[in-house]
Amino acid sequence: MRKSSTSHLTTYLLMLAIVILAPLGNVLLGKGMRGIGSAVHWEPSQMPRILEQIFRSGFVWLGILSLLSFFLAYMLVLSRADYSFVQPATAVSYLVVALLGSTLLGERVNALRWLGIGVICLGVLIVGRTPPRTTKEPGHA
Amino acid sequence: MREAFFFFLIVIGGTAGELCVTRAVRSVGEIGGFRPALILRFVKRALGNRWMFIGVGLMTIAFFSLLAVLSFENVSFVVPVSALSYAAGTGGAVVFLHERVTRQRWLGVLMVCAGVTIVWLSRM
Repeated sequence: MRKSSTSHLTTYLLMLAIVILAPLGNVLLGKGMRGIGSAVHWEPSQMPRILEQIFRSGFVWLGILSLLSFFLAYMLVLSRADYSFVQPATAVSYLVVALLGSTLLGERVNALRWLGIGVICLGVLIVGRTPPRTTKEPGHA
Repeated sequence: MREAFFFFLIVIGGTAGELCVTRAVRSVGEIGGFRPALILRFVKRALGNRWMFIGVGLMTIAFFSLLAVLSFENVSFVVPVSALSYAAGTGGAVVFLHERVTRQRWLGVLMVCAGVTIVWLSRM
């Protein structure tokens, strides 16, 4: 019983890390890409210069570091819970990304967008009421 | 048109990549603890699986598409719209990973998709 509770607590802590690290990574990437011209106008001949600009951006590297940390936490949580449980449950990160986007990047998030994000979070709450794992467990590593 | 293409790569590449990575991780099994040695062994075993490489390749395509879209769209728009992968991901989990998805979870996923639609409309 205690082992099961600890296991569930670890799963939820890992999911908390996912919820924070993924939006932070995306916001940092957004900040880094702001200084590079719009991809709508990118031409194939410009790609080497654009790639150089991307990889010379400190914000892009910080974003990549944050997303790699997210990826590690994601791999660990997937070994404990169903993909179909983990994926929708991480949707709460959409609220975090909008909050970070408006506060750190000064993006204007209108009422309709907040409503849409709220509906996403409601979907997350519904998913969160289902057990983390409904399929047969594989062997231990 | 180019914007739609980038979003397509984000959604399809990202979802397919995640499914491949999940398949690789599943074949390794649950990690026994969180000591560095155990985590390292877990990562090493996962990297030895071909599904991991396919998954990482697809996720890389999705990543560069995300970077491209972020160069001309707000992050508070791009990231919620990329949640379209939820429907594809849950369907893929049923078909490829043979996960059992309850009616309640489907309802949650549908709510998430409705939210994404509203976010898309917020740009009009």
